[in-house]
Amino acid sequence: MPSLLFCGPKMAACGMVISIWGVIMLAMLGIFFSANSAVLIEDVPFTEDDIRADTQPPQRIYALYRQVGINCFIAAAVYVAVGAISLCQVRLNKRQEYMVT
Amino acid sequence: MSSLLRGEEMCLAQLFLQSGSAYDCISELGELGLVEFRDLNPNVNSFQRKHVNEIKKCEEMERILGYLLREIKKADISLPESDMNPVSPSPKHIMTIMEQLQRLEVELGEVTRNKEKLQKNLLELTEYTHMLRITRNFVQRSAEREPLQVQYEEFPFLEKDTRMDYSSMQRLGAKLGFISGLIQRAKIEAFERMLWRVCKGYTILSYAEVEEYLEDPDTGEPTKSVVFLISYWGDQIGQKVKKICDCYHCHLYPYPSNNDERNDVVEGLRTRIQDLHTVLHRTEDYLRQVLIKASESVYTWVVQVKKMKAIYYILNLCSFDVTNKCLIAEVWCPVNDIPKLRRALEDGSRKSGATVPSFVNRIPTTDTPPTLIRTNKFTSGFQNIVDAYGVGSYREVNPAPFTIITFPFLFAVMFGDLGHGIIMSLFALWMVRYENNRKLKNTRNEIWNTFFEGRYIILMMGLFSIYTGLIYNDCFSKSLNIFGSGWNVTAMFTAKVWTTEVLKGNNFLTLDPDVTGVFKGPYPFGIDPIWNLASNRLTFLNSYKMKMSVILGIIHMSFGVILSTYNHRYFRKRYNLYLVFLPELLFLLCLFGYLVFMIFYKWLAFTAKDSKLAPSILIHFINMFLMQGDAKQPPEQGKAMEPLYPGQTGLQIFLVVIAVLSVPVLLLGKPVYLRWLQNGGQNRLGMYRGYERVRRNSDEELCLLRSEDMEEGNSHSDPSSSGEHLSKEFNFADEFLHQAIHTIEYCLGCVSNTASYLRLWALSLAHAQLSEVLWAMVMRVGLRMDTALGVVFLVPVFGLFAVLTVSILLVMEGLSAFLHALRLHWVEFQNKFYSGTGVKFCPFSFSLLPSSFEHDGLL
Repeated sequence: MPSLLFCGPKMAACGMVISIWGVIMLAMLGIFFSANSAVLIEDVPFTEDDIRADTQPPQRIYALYRQVGINCFIAAAVYVAVGAISLCQVRLNKRQEYMVT
Repeated sequence: MSSLLRGEEMCLAQLFLQSGSAYDCISELGELGLVEFRDLNPNVNSFQRKHVNEIKKCEEMERILGYLLREIKKADISLPESDMNPVSPSPKHIMTIMEQLQRLEVELGEVTRNKEKLQKNLLELTEYTHMLRITRNFVQRSAEREPLQVQYEEFPFLEKDTRMDYSSMQRLGAKLGFISGLIQRAKIEAFERMLWRVCKGYTILSYAEVEEYLEDPDTGEPTKSVVFLISYWGDQIGQKVKKICDCYHCHLYPYPSNNDERNDVVEGLRTRIQDLHTVLHRTEDYLRQVLIKASESVYTWVVQVKKMKAIYYILNLCSFDVTNKCLIAEVWCPVNDIPKLRRALEDGSRKSGATVPSFVNRIPTTDTPPTLIRTNKFTSGFQNIVDAYGVGSYREVNPAPFTIITFPFLFAVMFGDLGHGIIMSLFALWMVRYENNRKLKNTRNEIWNTFFEGRYIILMMGLFSIYTGLIYNDCFSKSLNIFGSGWNVTAMFTAKVWTTEVLKGNNFLTLDPDVTGVFKGPYPFGIDPIWNLASNRLTFLNSYKMKMSVILGIIHMSFGVILSTYNHRYFRKRYNLYLVFLPELLFLLCLFGYLVFMIFYKWLAFTAKDSKLAPSILIHFINMFLMQGDAKQPPEQGKAMEPLYPGQTGLQIFLVVIAVLSVPVLLLGKPVYLRWLQNGGQNRLGMYRGYERVRRNSDEELCLLRSEDMEEGNSHSDPSSSGEHLSKEFNFADEFLHQAIHTIEYCLGCVSNTASYLRLWALSLAHAQLSEVLWAMVMRVGLRMDTALGVVFLVPVFGLFAVLTVSILLVMEGLSAFLHALRLHWVEFQNKFYSGTGVKFCPFSFSLLPSSFEHDGLL
């Protein structure tokens, strides 16, 4: 079976760091979007129509907030997977270094 | 023991070392790293010093060790990692080491030479084999050719059978000769042309290329060669051909006359090549074994030779006393370490088995000792950045303990972002946690070493940045609403100021804090998160940050001026307190301290209701200097010229008068006073000096040679009275010029330095804006995607955001804020009290000596 190692020790460590940061930050962003935080209004893809033609304001904006929040959570889950792959790479690199020396 | 505040007290000591135990005593001192040796023979050339032969021996040994290390590195043998510290060898031991090294060098040299010779032989034989194989093809090829070809009279052997070669040749009576060999492929055409031109057709050249790359026996590089066979007719042609072959650096090999001979030669060559391979293999194994054996002890030898060389170097710095029996060395030593020094000398004497012990004597001196400040792993970073500007003069106040807090704080004011602060602190925590990991400590990467040495500084900077991030309420350019905003939008509707039509008809609306219920009170900690949504956010923040920068600047500078009192009092120049410190402080506080007061007054005295009437501080400040407080102004400017508080004009005039009066006091006070002391105060000075003498006696009873100096009365090891001492010529012009420069620098500097602190505002604005731009241009693009691709897009967008945050906002902005905070400390803070003209104390210590092998990357 060919070696599963495809990146060096430094690249794997970078991957780990970015994954951990991504999981934490995207999860928190998801929570804040779900809580309809006002500070994040510019990051929600609303249009003029959403504001003016809303029958029950601000439900359409809230729906958009919820959608972006779910996007963030899914991205966080993807980063969990990336983190797991990076962890494998780090372990494989350590084992290879141990075997060579 | 306020060593960090002021530096250790140092003294000059004389060591009397017995000749027999000098080496061991200095070895003990080198292990401890207590003292700095002074050169007692400065006029002596390094070739004329006493121990120059021993140093030459050491350098010879280092040369051999360098050769050994290079060979070991070439053979890819790893050196054993060891933390042990072998002691310096005794003189007898030195001879054994030298012999061992020389023997190793000779052996290695022989073995390497043999190996090279064998390899050259092998290559030559390989070439010969190829040549024989290919020339066989020449002859066989010609044999296979059809006899139908045109027959040349002179050269019948071309198409005849090989068996008939020589008989037909003999029939012709011609003397045919063969020259065969190899030539580099690049030269073959020129060779052929030269042959044709010189020999004019009396030679025939056949050649074929060797398919493989053969190693050239002379250079060892793989080259492409061509095997050639020249058949010539006649002796003289033969000479010419040989000369041409020499010219072109061909490798010639004897050509066998017939097939049997050729086969014999080929067989013989094959066996010889095999033998050579075996011998070479064995030689390489032997060489490797020799190197492995040497590598076990080469590290010990390197350390021992380094220590030995250092000890002889120090011995060269010492001088002999009159009886020529003992060595005298002069050292700078911290006063608190003299007992340790005595014990080290006793140990050294004991180890060398000397009967008479060596001892130490403190001597008085007028030279300024070097500065020693003891630091631990936490304070050493901060001490280094202070020393980078200038090492403190002996016993003056050290800014480093204050820098531990003010430097990270000023950095954080310029960097303030909660998210970035957290990342920086985590990075620093990782470095601190793994600081004993040998791989991190011993890398050769210069940039990494710089970051690693400053890990505690980065940790402090990160923690303070978290604090200022909470104050500025800025986390990756978004504000956190932890306590609930103090502004309420619904109140604008309940007060009927805003209606739905107002909302529909306007792009921007202003929340009016005067309307009841809109502003419920200030946010408990930091800036209210609603400002993140405001379009006039920068107007508000700019005013706040500029005023904060000025306040912080004045506080920092006043602190610097106050620190100078420590120096004035320690060096017993009380007149400085009244003639220098007081005018300086009054000037600074009357003008700029008043500005700070006005800022605070305006913040506290004016509320949202009368904000329209709030005067501009800047205009009032300028008018203070122009003394225009009372002038009647036209109504439209009326609000700007209303006094801040009753009695302002009078107070301002008073402050300006005091500030202006303090300038001539600062300019003339000290020189005039010193001159008066010199001329008029002779008798007062005498009494004063007697008092000094008595006081000094009680301070330094350790000094044995003191009694002589008491009579002479003119030697001081305490710098406190140097200012009043008569032996130093008091030059009024010099002193006046010096003080004039100081006054101008100080007064103009107050203005420019205060403005310089505005960089605290500028850099924090730049950081906040960069952060916001990064979010708006990178992260928002990923978040606003509402299609199904949105999620797939968000993952790499976040990765890009992370990389850009680290590279631009953390590294670039971090370095920039670091540099500006450093400049604020070096220039604006330290020029109020620090002179920084000292010399650093470099003790003689084996661990501090650099090794040239490590520098070359061999160890």
